[in-house]
Amino acid sequence: MTITLEPVIHGDRVSLLRVLGPAHVWALGVGIVLVGEFTGWNFAADKGGALAALIVCWLVGLLYTSVAMIDSEVTSTVAAAGGQYAQAKHIVGPLMAFNVALFLVFAYTMLEVSDAILLGDTIVAKAGVEGLTHNSFIAATIVVLAWLNYRGVLMTLNVNFVITAIAYISIVILFFSVSPWTQGAVLKLNELVTPDNALPYGWIGVIAAFQFGIWYYLGIEGTTQAAEEVRSPARSLPYGTMAGMITLLIAAAMTWYVCASMMPWEYLGITYYPLWDAGKLTGSPLLENLLFIATLLAALASANGCINDAARAWFSLGRDRYLPTWFSAVHPKYRTPYRSILFLLPIALAFAFIADLNQAITFSILSGVLQYTFMSINIVMFRKKWPLGSIRRGYTHPFHPLPAIVLFCLCVVTFFAIFLGFGSQLIAMVAFYFLISLWFHFYRYKFVRRGDQFTMPWPKPQGY
Amino acid sequence: MWMALSYACWGISIVLALWMLYDWFKVDTTFSEEVLTSSREGELEAVSEKHRI
Repeated sequence: MTITLEPVIHGDRVSLLRVLGPAHVWALGVGIVLVGEFTGWNFAADKGGALAALIVCWLVGLLYTSVAMIDSEVTSTVAAAGGQYAQAKHIVGPLMAFNVALFLVFAYTMLEVSDAILLGDTIVAKAGVEGLTHNSFIAATIVVLAWLNYRGVLMTLNVNFVITAIAYISIVILFFSVSPWTQGAVLKLNELVTPDNALPYGWIGVIAAFQFGIWYYLGIEGTTQAAEEVRSPARSLPYGTMAGMITLLIAAAMTWYVCASMMPWEYLGITYYPLWDAGKLTGSPLLENLLFIATLLAALASANGCINDAARAWFSLGRDRYLPTWFSAVHPKYRTPYRSILFLLPIALAFAFIADLNQAITFSILSGVLQYTFMSINIVMFRKKWPLGSIRRGYTHPFHPLPAIVLFCLCVVTFFAIFLGFGSQLIAMVAFYFLISLWFHFYRYKFVRRGDQFTMPWPKPQGY
Repeated sequence: MWMALSYACWGISIVLALWMLYDWFKVDTTFSEEVLTSSREGELEAVSEKHRI
């Protein structure tokens, strides 16, 4: 199958191209997240021990399953680029929407920066050459992926599908290579995780571990950014998102089991490359090199998806005049938000060269958790304003409002955990969003065409 | 080899960045601002796509 693209103008309008299917949605979501199995989740072990890392794997899994279910229902109805931004605009209001879009842009741009730094550091660690720095690899990662995104969404997510699948299969290969059904041969879980060291800091360690437990699944909600580019949003988005979440739950469980069975928690909690280290510990050069390449591919896939998502959120802000409309330009040939991609490129480069990995990760996690907190409130308002049967839904999530309550409670716990580790950054970030909200309310909102921003053909909400 | 790869990364980054800047300039000078910013949220245009599959 070949697709020929020409710079044609569709009537009077140039829009994003609807060419994606469920597999691309899966590649976007899992691609962004999978890097978290290769680094990030293991710092939870440093906070609370190996067992705490497992407990948060399941509890944060519950948080993200709620996110995926809620997101699937709302986005199968609000199928627009910007994802949660468009949801917030229609369901809560413009100020919430502006904040949510900024959460999205910060979360994805900072995650992209973290991915690029990780990729550069991994190559430098492998090379072991004196004088070799990570800067060139960081620059190449960000610029090449921005170029790919600039040239079209179909190729971008085809590439993501392939590299994400390779990285995922490498985890499966590692899992089956260490004879997971036998203890004592390669895996030594019963020796490394004992009743004495399972929770070295008690239950407060489990709560503290939430901060990095987020890394098991951070970014799965990014699937909704593809809403305007999938052929069948009501079918593809729920299907791709839920399939992605199931994939990640399996990957997270396998990753914890292998790593906790091969490394003591004191080392697992500080290494930057838990899966690569596990590959080395098997003694097989093939597995070592496979996990090294998989670490690079996972970082690439994540950065690629993040560029895609951040650009669409920024583009949507421009299209609704929440930012200058200049950002809402679509490339007439490649049909991508090219100005938004180019605008965010130097910002990502600047952060990647000046920020360290921990800072970038923390800003990304903070923005993500702020967004999840919004989603728990958003779904309650959505069901109240437009009850079941009042509008067509591509997917209806079960047990409402239980997932929303679970999501909200787990977000509160995560905020507390972040406060324990990075309290000053949490306060600084909340202050930033407060000040930028004042700017939007008192200055920017007067440029917005209020009637134009609500585009969904829904009936009047209940109670209005 | 790693140092050569590092220099190659710089080279690729510069070439692709320049290409994007050139294409950006070309597009912005070829098409009007009204056309480039004409996308609207919520429009379903799958049936009117002109690309050939």
